[in-house]
Amino acid sequence: MTKRILIVDDEPNIVVSLEFLMKREGFEVAVAADGEAALKSVEEKKPDLVLLDIMLPKKNGFEVCQTIRANPAWQSVRIVMLTAKGRDTEVAKGTALGADAYMTKPFSTKDLIAQVRQILGES
Amino acid sequence: MLQGWVIASVSFAYLGVLFAIAYFGDKRADAGRSVIANPTIYALSLAVYCTTWTFYGSVGRAASTGIGFLPIYLGPTLMAGLWWFVMLKIIRISKANRITSIADFVSSRYGKSQLLGGLVTVIAVIGIIPYISLQLKAVSNSFTILLHYPEIVMPARAGAQPLLQDSALYIAMILAAFTILFGTRHLDATERHEGMVAAIAFESLVKLLAFLAVGIFVTFGIYNGFGDIFDRAELVPKLKSLMTVADTGASYGSWWSLTFLSMLSIMFLPRQFQIAVVENVNERHLARAIWLFPLYLLLINIFVLPIAVGGLLHFPDGSVDADTFVLTLPMAERQEALALFVFIGGLSAATGMVIVETIALSTMVCNDLVMPVLLRWKALRLQEEQDLSWLLLSIRRWAIAVILLLGYIYFRAAGEAYALVGIGLISFAAVAQFAPAIFGGIYWKGGTRQGAIAGLLAGFAVWIYTLLLPSFAKSGWLSLDFIREGLFGVALLKPQQLFGLTGLDEISHSLFWSMLANIGCYVAVSLRKRPDVVETSQGTLFVDVFRHTEGAERSRFWRGSAQVQDLLPLIGRFLGPERAREAFLAYARRRGLASLEQLQANADLVHFAETLLAGAIGGASARVMVASVVKEEPLGIDEVMNILDEASQVRAYSRQLEQKSRELEAATAELRAANERLKELDRMKDDFMSTVTHELRTPLTSIRAFSEILLEDPKTNLANRRKFLAIIVKETERLTRLINQVLDMAKIESGNAEWHTADIDLHEVIEESLAATSSLFGDKRIRLEKLLAEGVPRVRADRDRLIQVMLNLLANAVKFCDEDRGCVTVRLSAGSDAVRVDVEDNGPGIAEADQHTIFEKFRQVGDTMTAKPQGTGLGLPISRQIIEHFGGRLWVESNPGRGATFSFILPLNREGMGQEERTEK
Repeated sequence: MTKRILIVDDEPNIVVSLEFLMKREGFEVAVAADGEAALKSVEEKKPDLVLLDIMLPKKNGFEVCQTIRANPAWQSVRIVMLTAKGRDTEVAKGTALGADAYMTKPFSTKDLIAQVRQILGES
Repeated sequence: MLQGWVIASVSFAYLGVLFAIAYFGDKRADAGRSVIANPTIYALSLAVYCTTWTFYGSVGRAASTGIGFLPIYLGPTLMAGLWWFVMLKIIRISKANRITSIADFVSSRYGKSQLLGGLVTVIAVIGIIPYISLQLKAVSNSFTILLHYPEIVMPARAGAQPLLQDSALYIAMILAAFTILFGTRHLDATERHEGMVAAIAFESLVKLLAFLAVGIFVTFGIYNGFGDIFDRAELVPKLKSLMTVADTGASYGSWWSLTFLSMLSIMFLPRQFQIAVVENVNERHLARAIWLFPLYLLLINIFVLPIAVGGLLHFPDGSVDADTFVLTLPMAERQEALALFVFIGGLSAATGMVIVETIALSTMVCNDLVMPVLLRWKALRLQEEQDLSWLLLSIRRWAIAVILLLGYIYFRAAGEAYALVGIGLISFAAVAQFAPAIFGGIYWKGGTRQGAIAGLLAGFAVWIYTLLLPSFAKSGWLSLDFIREGLFGVALLKPQQLFGLTGLDEISHSLFWSMLANIGCYVAVSLRKRPDVVETSQGTLFVDVFRHTEGAERSRFWRGSAQVQDLLPLIGRFLGPERAREAFLAYARRRGLASLEQLQANADLVHFAETLLAGAIGGASARVMVASVVKEEPLGIDEVMNILDEASQVRAYSRQLEQKSRELEAATAELRAANERLKELDRMKDDFMSTVTHELRTPLTSIRAFSEILLEDPKTNLANRRKFLAIIVKETERLTRLINQVLDMAKIESGNAEWHTADIDLHEVIEESLAATSSLFGDKRIRLEKLLAEGVPRVRADRDRLIQVMLNLLANAVKFCDEDRGCVTVRLSAGSDAVRVDVEDNGPGIAEADQHTIFEKFRQVGDTMTAKPQGTGLGLPISRQIIEHFGGRLWVESNPGRGATFSFILPLNREGMGQEERTEK
């Protein structure tokens, strides 16, 4: 069964690259450009994994992460945080809020794919 | 029947008791367990103020003037209220300076002047003699009256009796002997007499009890209480008037002056000074005396009016002198024991006064009058005498005898002309002459020796002329002519109506003129000359006593060299070698030294020796004596002023220190605030760095991702490949732009930017910018409206920078223009002092809240993916910096939904700002 991945980022070019990568790896891809759209998409599309940027309009990545983790129905949703903010405090904060992994931009596409596959238990 | 020998033996027995108390007191004092270290005893001993004048005289005065006897007690009661300020200061000064008498006090204050000490002594002796004679008169009269018990016979005129039959003479001799025994048994450096004080306190109790006993007997024994007596008095018109103050100006004037006079007397009578100041063992005793002493006065006055009225009712024919009512009333009622007790009470009052007064006076006579003369009298060779303490004691003994003799002579001469109270008031008026010099001395540094001498002489002269001589005249010793006609027949010089002043009683009259002369001369002469060295230092020590309490500062006013082996024998000569040795040894031990040999003869020791000596022979003489064995280098007035300045500088420094510490606190607070600001800046810098990093990482992310995609899969289809490469290129451009702008921003902010300032035609700048952005307009099919005024003056600015600003604003306008019917309006206009450019779009506009934010770095406004603005977020901040650099202003006006207008103005007339053609770094 094809795993569904939700890409949440407000940078169009990054979205394009991630969408291409994930599709190439055979995932089903959905896209959201802000925090609220992301939550709506989680509700509708029931993704297996969310690639979540932090600096987002309307609701930032931390809030989105927290909301997902607070909802028992979404416990199975895996979250990989992708962000240009590389400070330790932010990494710690993301992990503490329940993210499964935290990757700093710019990332290696290979590492990202490996990480996603590992989290989804497909390695 | 009371035999003479009964009265005499009871009297001697009583004196014996007093002596025993004094002996016991002295023994206890020597053993270090003082009996007078007790505030109640101190307060009781102050009641030495109440003499036979109070005991017999108050009733006499009440019988003639009603409550006119009261001011004499009202004054001290009022003064007691001020003691905590005035008396405390005098006590503190006296202890610090080892003052032994009031003469010593005045002489010390005005530069240890022997002349002044002598003058005060003379005034005190002459002034007090009538007062002593008063005691003799009272005791002698009461003795004579009691002798005739149960008959009531008024004593004959004082002068009428043959000398050898005059009981007053024997009383004077007995009192002299007793006082000599009491006061001059040994010589004490501190000039304190603990045993005497204990005896005086006991006497105060006896006279109070005796008076209360008579009062109670008269009020409740003879009559039926206060009400009964006054009811009966109401019936006699003559007595009725006694109950009120006579309603005349003179009467009120007399009240006022008597109150004033007694206020001064309680301070400056030699015996009061002796008891209150010299004999004071603890300043805190004053606190109880302040209320207990007035209470004593109240008690001893309660029965005065009842006894007076009772006496007048009892002896209506006037055959009995009202001064004797206290004694004659019990006698008339055949109360033998009570009469005897009253006599003892009166004797108590008299002996107490005579003992303390003569001891105080003899100290003054010895220290301030005789010794200075003897010490200067080279022929006596006193300088070579090894032990002078015998001399001091004999001078004092002789002084006591002479003073009492003088008192007796005055009694013979003038005693009959006045009632008891009248005699006492003459003394009060004399003592009041000390007030200006003393009050001035402790509160005014400007008072000088010459001023004090002038004031005392003037006041004393007026007193002699207006009070003493008339008292002689009234006694028949002098012709009465000068009172009636004035001196040399000049009416203005009538001693009791001086310069035509009438309407006052003689005491008020004398007080008025003597005080006027005294204060006037004291102040006027003092003001004429600046105080000299010694006067300045002593004045400071007295006036600022509460600041200079520790003796340490005092010795700073002395400089010179001395030898212990010179000082010790000197002190030994006056105190006795043994006593002197003990004192020096004690001094050495206090300084932690084992023996006398280790003592350093420094300024402190010299000062110690001088105060030690001052206790025995007075401050002025002590100074002379010490000066004879030490080599003193006189301090100049400047040096004294310097020392004083130093003291005030120390105070100033401490004030400065406080000031500094406050400033430090303020500085600390400022530093803390600055630190907070720095931290804030640091956080901002940190945030900035974090933001810049974020902005750099974002394009890098796309570039890396697409590069890797293309690298891994070379066979990516062409369309994708083109698309990806185009993104890479675009993101690279974005990265470059970002880096440039960050650097640009940093340069401007740090002031390192290059500015090429010239006269710029904004018209050209705008046209050029529009040309550069025409393709943007074309691509988005945006209409451009130009409203450029002609002939706009040039402004001084950097052309390239202004184009940068215009490009930025135009790009923004295009970016946010209405999608379909975009329209941008560019306006150029000139005002009187500035040129203005507006760039208006018809896009969504900017919310009020964001209008400020957009000028912050990296703050872009936009919330959806589509609306996400392209750009670095640095364009507007940089533009604003550029405009502001040239003295202008850049702002935005917008109503959401109706587009936004970015405007800037640049000022004209840049000459004043010195913006020439130049390159700024």
